[in-house]
Amino acid sequence: MKTVDKILALIRDTSSSLPEDVEKAILAAMRREEKHSSAKMILKTIIENCELARKNSTPLCQDTGTLTFFVDSRLRNKVNRKVISEATRLATVKGYLRKNCIDSLDGKSYDDNVAEGAPVIHYVESESKDSKPTVTLIMKGGGSENMSRQYSLPDSTLGAGRDLKGVEKCILDAVVKTQGYGCAPGILGVCIGGDRATGYEIAKEQLLRNLGDSSKDSCLAKMEKTILKKANSLGIGPMGLGGKTTLLGVKIASRPRVPASFFVTIAYMCWAARRRTVVI
Amino acid sequence: MIELKYPYDEKSIRALKAGDAVSITGIIHTGRDKFHKYFADGGKINVDFKDGALFHCGPVVVKNDGEWKVVAAGPTTSVRENPYEPKFIADSGVRIIIGKGGMDKATLEAMRKYGCVYIQAVGGAAAVSAASVKRVQGVDFLDEFGAAEACWHFEVEGFRGVVAMDANGTSLFERIESLSREKYINIVNKSR
Repeated sequence: MKTVDKILALIRDTSSSLPEDVEKAILAAMRREEKHSSAKMILKTIIENCELARKNSTPLCQDTGTLTFFVDSRLRNKVNRKVISEATRLATVKGYLRKNCIDSLDGKSYDDNVAEGAPVIHYVESESKDSKPTVTLIMKGGGSENMSRQYSLPDSTLGAGRDLKGVEKCILDAVVKTQGYGCAPGILGVCIGGDRATGYEIAKEQLLRNLGDSSKDSCLAKMEKTILKKANSLGIGPMGLGGKTTLLGVKIASRPRVPASFFVTIAYMCWAARRRTVVI
Repeated sequence: MIELKYPYDEKSIRALKAGDAVSITGIIHTGRDKFHKYFADGGKINVDFKDGALFHCGPVVVKNDGEWKVVAAGPTTSVRENPYEPKFIADSGVRIIIGKGGMDKATLEAMRKYGCVYIQAVGGAAAVSAASVKRVQGVDFLDEFGAAEACWHFEVEGFRGVVAMDANGTSLFERIESLSREKYINIVNKSR
């Protein structure tokens, strides 16, 4: 199989099939919700939607989102921008992707989803030399991206100070503000600290983590667990219509900051958390 | 699940309560930003919305062997139509508005006055929504507004949603939001 075809298959599978851990979490959430509740009906519809999209290889959500590739740096030559652009063009022709790329100046559509900086490509160092080189794709829709937020501590409107309690206030405030908009149940990727740009970058990277894992840092692991529990006790529920499941997961990282800045950055991901990794 | 069949008569619409899960069978028309603006500017619409349904949706529709086929048809965010919707409800006699995220107090009041409900479709569930469209009856304003903004006439079967704003002036979004804000305040003040 040619590399272009491998990337094309990666786009198709990412667009039409949810990761196993996300689908499992939605199924478990559906079982938890009350009988005959709107929450249960919504989650059931989502599960049927995933099955249907996978069967037909069609996009599981009409907003096929921003394509962000994370490529092992050892594949820099093999999986270069030309290869990824060609696979993206083919994926658009085949209907795996919506024409979803708009010029910000004249409002015209790039009908092949290819432009300067689109798709987004990050070349990343592999964790160990012995591992097989991989390519990971994440597709994030506009509705969820619009709900991502950055707070700067102290935040007087929230009464949030420069401590972990303040951080928690920001994260839960983001959950409250997102209701009804970012299609819940969602997943939060969070970065505590860093500068503004790396805050968003690291927060988004947390969305690549498996829902079943927890942070290696014991303090963050504890926060992930308690914030998930507290968020789900808010009663917001699927699509903001009430229920026990507002979030499927919370993934937090921290980065050092300069004394003057203290950012809390939240990348919100909707239930259609499309991510997938292939070995090349 | 409550079954709603076209024509959606005032009595059955007024009987719906916020929180009810519904399944719609019959005709629904799509209309979003350009449609609403055109109407507000006094444009003429030759579609009978009396006892009908309006869907805030920008579908992906393709033509196969001369027949329109809906590939994806999820809801779009409804708040953008707030400025236009009360007048549209009053003038058109529409009974059901389908969308995502809910609408404002003025729209809720128009719904109470004229007998109309807002139904939240399942956001992102594009494949299921598309599958419930059994036939495309036709389309208006295709050239004028473009495919995503045109007024499509869908025959749907078992299109699912939840009544989020009813004709008694109750908004589920409002209720859930105020409850969740109360809980938020309790949680952040309690936790250390």
